[in-house]
This record gives sequence, C-alpha cells and structure tokens, in this order.
Amino acid sequence: MSEATQETAVAKRRRFEIGSIAPFLALLLLCGLGAVVNPRFMSFDNLTNVLTRSAFIATIAVGQTLIITGGGLDLSVGAMAAFVAGVMILFLNSGTIDNPFLLIATAMLLSLVVGALCGLFNGLVTTLGKIEPFIVTLGSMGIFRSLVTWLAQGGSITIHDSDLRAAYRPVYFGEFLGIPYPVYVILGVAAIGAFVLYATAYGRRVRAVGSNEDVARYSGINVARVRTITYVFQGLCVAIAVIVYVPRLGSTTSTTGLGWELQAITAVVIGGTRLKGGVGRVWGTIAGALILEVIGNIMLLSNLVSEYLIGAVQGAIIIIAMLAQRSLTRR
Amino acid sequence: MNKLLAGVAALGLMAGVAHAQEKLTMAVSIPSADHGWTGGVVYHATQEAKALEKQYPGLKVIVKTSPDGAAQANALEDLTTQGINALVVLPHNPDELTDPIKKVKEKGVFITVVDRALRERSVEDLYVAGNNPELGRVAGDYIKKKLGGKGDVVVIQGLPIPINEQRVNAFKKAIEGSQINILDSQFGNWSRDDAFKVMQDFLTKYPHIDAVWCQDDDMAVSVLEAVKQAKRTDVKFLVGGAGMKEMVEKVMNGDPMVPVDVLYSPSMVAVAMDVTAAGLENHIPVRGSFILNATLVTKENAKDFYFKDSPF
Repeated sequence: MSEATQETAVAKRRRFEIGSIAPFLALLLLCGLGAVVNPRFMSFDNLTNVLTRSAFIATIAVGQTLIITGGGLDLSVGAMAAFVAGVMILFLNSGTIDNPFLLIATAMLLSLVVGALCGLFNGLVTTLGKIEPFIVTLGSMGIFRSLVTWLAQGGSITIHDSDLRAAYRPVYFGEFLGIPYPVYVILGVAAIGAFVLYATAYGRRVRAVGSNEDVARYSGINVARVRTITYVFQGLCVAIAVIVYVPRLGSTTSTTGLGWELQAITAVVIGGTRLKGGVGRVWGTIAGALILEVIGNIMLLSNLVSEYLIGAVQGAIIIIAMLAQRSLTRR
Repeated sequence: MNKLLAGVAALGLMAGVAHAQEKLTMAVSIPSADHGWTGGVVYHATQEAKALEKQYPGLKVIVKTSPDGAAQANALEDLTTQGINALVVLPHNPDELTDPIKKVKEKGVFITVVDRALRERSVEDLYVAGNNPELGRVAGDYIKKKLGGKGDVVVIQGLPIPINEQRVNAFKKAIEGSQINILDSQFGNWSRDDAFKVMQDFLTKYPHIDAVWCQDDDMAVSVLEAVKQAKRTDVKFLVGGAGMKEMVEKVMNGDPMVPVDVLYSPSMVAVAMDVTAAGLENHIPVRGSFILNATLVTKENAKDFYFKDSPF
C-alpha cells in the first residue's frame, strides 16, 4: 500500500469509527421503541427468540459481507440454503449410519461440503468466466431452486425418523448458560469473519481487490483466487445457517430461503459495508441482521400498524435507519 | 338448458371429429410446486395423467407447470399451438389469466378451471374447487363448539388474496355472537418460516391463548413447534386446513393439539381432470360447477383422507 493511501486511511479512521457504531445505535434506538410499544418486547424470552431467529440471515450475511467487500455479489444464497437443506435431510433420511449422533455429525459435514462446492461453482464461473456476479448468481439461484424442487418432487422434504428429529432438535432449541445455541453460532461465525477480514493477509487482499481491482492486480494479487475464496466462504456460511435451520422445523420446501438473499444484502448494507466493495464491516452486518428481525418483531407486537401495511413500515424504517447513519458518518 | 345441451352436442361433435382424425389431447396447466399444497397439486395431476391415459387409450394428457402468472400465460399459448381439445387450468392469479384463458376458449377448447374462479365466469365450461368459505366456517364452528362458545383465539392468515379473504370472513361469521374473541390476526403467507415467527410473537404478546386457527397445514407444523418451544400449556389445540398427510396422521392418532383437520385437498385437480376426460371421451354433459365439501376430518374418518404416497 502506498504512503498516500495510508495517510488517507489514518485520516479516515475517526470517521470510520463513528460509522462502525452507527448500526448499533440504530439497533439500540429500535429496541427502545420496542420497549415503549410493548413492555413484553424486553422480556428475556422475546429477545432470545429474536436473536435466535436472526441466526440464518446473520450467518449468511457474514459471508455476503466478505463477497461484497471483495467487489462481488451473491444472489443465490437463499436458493442455496434450500438446496443444501434438502441434501442434508435426504442424507439424514437415508439412515446410512446407525448411531444418530454420528449420522447428524456426518450430515453436518456433508452440508458444509455441499455448501462449499456450491460457492466454488459461483466463484469459478464468476472469475474464470469473467461474467458479472449478478448474472452468474441469478443463474445459480434458479439452478439451486429447481434442484430442491426436484429433490422434493414438488413437496417438502421432512426428517422422517422422529427419534432422529428429537436428537437434532436441540441444535436450534437447546441452550447453554441460558443462551440458545444459534446465538453462539452467530458470534462464532462473525468472529471468524471479522478475523479473516481484518487480521489476515488474505482479508487485506479482499479489501484491496474490492476497492480497486486493477491496482490489486498490478500489485501482484491473484484477483480471481481471492474472489473465488470469498464465494467458498459464503457457501460455508450458508451451510452453517442450514445446520441451524434444519432442526427448527425438520423440513424444507421449495420456498425455504425465499428472499433471504435480499435480506442478507440489506443487512450487509445497513451494517455499513460499501456495496461497491473495499470496505467491509462484519459486526455491523450482524447489527443489520438484528435490525431487520427486530423491526418485524416490533411490528407484530404492536397494535399500531394494520397487518396490510407491515411491509411498508418495515421498508420505511430501513430507509430512515440508513439516512440517520449517513448523516452520522458524513460528519 | 337447451343451450347447454347444444353446447354438449357441439362438444361431442367436435370431439368425435377429432377422434376420427387423431388422439384427443387434454392439457393441464398448473402452478409449479411453490409450497406444500401446490406440491400436492403437481403430484395428483401427474398421477391422474398416467391413470387417464391408461383408462382412455385415445387420450393424451400434457401436464405443464409454471412458476408465475406470466409464465403460465405463455404456457397456455404454447399448449394451444400444439392443438388441444380440453384445458384444465389452475390459474396463479385468476384476474390476470382470464384473458389468456379466454383466447384458448376462442379456439374451441373445453375449459375447466380449478380452485380459483376467473373474473368472467362465462369463460369456464366446468369449475372444480374446494369450498373456501366453508373451510373458514367449518373451522370456526368447530372452535366455537370445542371451546364451549368462550375463549381467546389467534388467527394466522395465508396470503392477501381473495380466497384467503373468503375463508377469514366466513370464520368470523361462524364465531359471531359467541364469546370467542380473536386476539390478533396476521399473515403467515402459507409459509412455514413466516408462520413460525408470527406464532412466536403471538405467544410473546398474549399470555393466554386458547386456540389457534391457521387455515393451512403447512403453517400448522410451525405453530406446533412454536408452542412446544414456549412450553405453553394454555394453548389447547389448533385447527389447520387442506389435509396434509402428516396432519391427517396426527388426527388419526388422536393428538390433542390437532383434534381435527378441514379438507381442502390438492387432489381436486384430479377430480377436475377426471370429469373433463369423461366429458371428452364419453360425451356426457359435464358443464357446471363441482364444489368439493370442506369436510371436517376427525379421528373416525381420517383414514379415508390419508394418501400415503403423496408428498403433501
């Protein structure tokens, strides 16, 4: 990195610090609003419900943060989640291993492999094919979505064995020290994402590739490889989300994960990551995912809004949150 | 009546001519499987297509699924160019597909509409559907009776489309005058994930709920899970609808949380195909409406509505 860019980086640091806490401020404000609207909002059960529910989008959005920071985009994550979930449940139903815990562990491993392969596919087609990620992942979104419909033969794929289901159920519903497991999953995935992005040479390369592809290439960075790995990481994040998702309802349908890609991208942007790449905020993304989930929760707990208008109010709150953040970061 | 007979005669004549030249063709245009119920529709349509081709050696049945309304309009055009004698259609959105279906009819094709009635009712020759208002009424009546005319219920609705409206209005009418109180009513979009969130939040919002009406068995799965997680014992039971295999099984086994189900079976598409084929092949008068009952599935009759191999 040249001296000039380093200087600007130092100059910008202060501004970035405000920027990085803005989504958390927005989240706090929303929680305040929630408490006013319905005192039950602040109840421990409700807060853990919301945190747990946000696990899918939050986990997926961490992967999306890396991709977007590297100048890419992945629209296929929702369909990919449904596909990986389908493969996982079919494997669980196959009963190849007698020991239920070993079977579940193998199924988890399998979904990680499938997720990584799906991501690798997106990454390779994008980088080797030199096609816009928007188009590639729009295509793979269709592919994954149809594959799950085909696997389900149009219906739903459900874990048949109720004992197996009971053995796997605690992964979503169980808790450690009063906190549900999915919350630890969010923290773990975010910590890994943040470590990779901020503390490793690879993370620096991702940011370099995202802020200026040509400069990165001239400085000897293998742009294609750096980008492809972000897609593989995304695939792994999707698989982790699936591992937490499957035990909740024990089934997947062709509508599973519909619209998750947009929610994940929204969470990333609310969190302060630049959609054009170069700047990524993993923890901001987590705040963004929580904001999305909290808004929905407040809408339902309040009696203020007609059920027909919930979508409009959610949209408005997202826009207002972004505007508030912008005015904070510009200062 | 004369007009009807003439119509049937004309159809018979037309079919007869077609028969002399080549096989008769019936096209079936349905939404692709975007949730459990439509998954069931696809299953029953493909099964029935095979059965009908076996039953009538001169009949060819083409089943075509479409992911959305626009794609279905295109599919209708493509099917018509192939030359068809009858069309069985379950439209995505009946309002936007009325004109495309009308165009097919102008080619002299026999039109059977399933589940969702068209804007212009004169377009359809045969209409086969479940009874949406009845689905709401039967559920409402049951909840009223089971709770002894008094209690707090929450409602999880489907998508904001006309059939949802019909169900909900009939439900409200059924409990009118009783002391059944609807605490809240929100959209679950016939989606398991959405219904799970809505039910979790209902449980947070209301410390006491007697019963849940969620009008659809896909969403019932989520309601059960949410209640189980919250360890709430005040929720006595839920009433779903459609007749999903897993729920009918629970009714059969006497699960206290799922005492009944209200039928709105995706197999109605098979009924529509069967009656249409009978009209085509046997030249019998089949024009009119065929409304299937929203039968209350109880422990006693559940085995009649359990389709082991269906995905739904």
